[in-house]
Amino acid sequence: MSLLAHAPALQVVLPLVSAPLAVLLRHRNAAFAVVTAGAWAAFAAAIALWLQVGESGVISYHIGNWAPPWGIEYRVDRLTSFVLLLVSGMASIVLPYSRASIEREIPRELHYLYYAMFGLCLTGLLGMTITGDAFNIFVFLEISSLSTYVLIGLGRDRRALSASYRYLIMGSIGATFIVLGIGFLYLMTGTLNLADMAVRIRDIESSRPVLAALAFLTVGISLKVALFPLHQWLPNAYTYAPSAVTAFLAATATKVSVYVLIRFYFSVFGESLVFAKLPLPEIMLLLSLLGMFAANFIAIFQDNLKRLFAYSSVGQIGYITLGLSFDSFNGLAASIVHLFNHGIAKGAIFLLIGGIVAAGAKAGTGPLPLSFDRLAGLSRRMPLTCFGIVIAGLSLIGVPGTAGFVSKWYLILAAMDKGQWWLVAAILASSLLAVAYVWRFVEAAYFRPAADEVRREAPLSMLLPAWLLVLGSIWFGLDTSVTLGSALDAAQHLIGSKP
Amino acid sequence: MLDHFSYIITVFLMVSGLYIVMARGNLIKKLIGLSIFQTSVYLLYIVPAKLVGGTAPIISPQFSVYSNPLPHVLILTAIVVGVATMALGLALAVRIREAYGSIEEDEITRLDNAAEQAETR
Repeated sequence: MSLLAHAPALQVVLPLVSAPLAVLLRHRNAAFAVVTAGAWAAFAAAIALWLQVGESGVISYHIGNWAPPWGIEYRVDRLTSFVLLLVSGMASIVLPYSRASIEREIPRELHYLYYAMFGLCLTGLLGMTITGDAFNIFVFLEISSLSTYVLIGLGRDRRALSASYRYLIMGSIGATFIVLGIGFLYLMTGTLNLADMAVRIRDIESSRPVLAALAFLTVGISLKVALFPLHQWLPNAYTYAPSAVTAFLAATATKVSVYVLIRFYFSVFGESLVFAKLPLPEIMLLLSLLGMFAANFIAIFQDNLKRLFAYSSVGQIGYITLGLSFDSFNGLAASIVHLFNHGIAKGAIFLLIGGIVAAGAKAGTGPLPLSFDRLAGLSRRMPLTCFGIVIAGLSLIGVPGTAGFVSKWYLILAAMDKGQWWLVAAILASSLLAVAYVWRFVEAAYFRPAADEVRREAPLSMLLPAWLLVLGSIWFGLDTSVTLGSALDAAQHLIGSKP
Repeated sequence: MLDHFSYIITVFLMVSGLYIVMARGNLIKKLIGLSIFQTSVYLLYIVPAKLVGGTAPIISPQFSVYSNPLPHVLILTAIVVGVATMALGLALAVRIREAYGSIEEDEITRLDNAAEQAETR
């Protein structure tokens, strides 16, 4: 079928078209319908691509029929299609949710702009994932970043503005570092096509510009990933952004950046260069461990529930980069599968927290009822919401039966392959910190007396998408054929062979 | 030394831009620094692509030296991105001025910390 052959282009074009349409329509219901339709169409395209990759292997799509390496190539392999599924799937779930959520958090006359920005952000993230052209990655990165700054700035609290500004400065520095890295690579290889670049880079592996490019790209992308000392933009941005935005960003934005990092490391520079010529694995290991312990530790002492889970995100990113630093089959598979599992668990948590905000706003208890005093006895008022947060929290900890367990298990396997038993202990110890911060919520919501016991759940249109993700984080803990299967496939494709 | 003149300028712009972003507390000055930093990258791309006496890639017997058009086009895109970033940054600075009554980072951080302490109490 001819339409199916163009799925890679449609993947990006449909949400891209939906954004300006939403602005032209200028009506929030119409904008909602158009952007949601765009996201669902993108999700359908992602599923089609995922199936197609399973059947026929790597798909190469030439934009405008210009043959690579001159034209821009969209390249879909197992890892690409897996990340596309996560991003477009999260957008399809968060958009229906946001209708009721932004009603209480964003002034009505700005709703159509919210949807437009959401569409653009989705376009950028999908484009970064699917493109096989280095400069194209930068362009899509900026499309998603600029719309993200706007989305964060839409938050009600004025601190959303300063958080957005800070992220703009940090994010632009990161993006400029990435262009610098790409520039060096282009100067040395004379090509922008990633596959072509990978071939040409072999002859000049140890030249200084290539190593400089590697360093610039690593730092630039790490800023967007929020790898531990470069995470300062994240906690405030997540805390003060509208709830739906936080959920979408936490589940996708940092994950796509990790994907770009994996793409550059394994598909362009190649393992031998990344992990042998520079002390990169050691640095990454150290920073990941610092992130796992420091960020998780800071999370325990937060008084704002949203900020608590924002710091937990920084800690969880540590697990993903830890898997990368192993430079082994199991480590890479653990990173890829954790990218997905953490995405849905954290997405679920932030969606449910949005429900708490919405119910609080309805009851007139102020805009941010998220301090632990206000959460006291919440389980009596919002039993479904609290139970959902606990289950997703178990997935963050990595309790067997949840999705988080699968990724932690592979991470531990990878550490054991290396014979690094102290790392196994470190992974378990940092999970205990996760137990502590999830327990803080449980203690407040279940064991403290409630001020009033009137049942006041979030609206169904918000609960349903959130619970879909909660159930997802159990489902993918029991049936791992899609997630782990894809991750193992992708790791094999990237590394070349099983250990 | 003179051979690398353009690179020295590029590095100088890059480092001074990044320094301004980090060292200045005024939100507008930070954006100026960011702009200088980004501009240095434009130079990095353009300079190696331009040959003295080179022309646009038109096949004609009169010309034999050509400049590489691709980096020029890439940087055109990067300039657009830079302008958009600047516009958004300035818009945010205006909104911050309206909300906080200041565009000094120290002052904003002070107000934020005060708000945080009021919340926890």
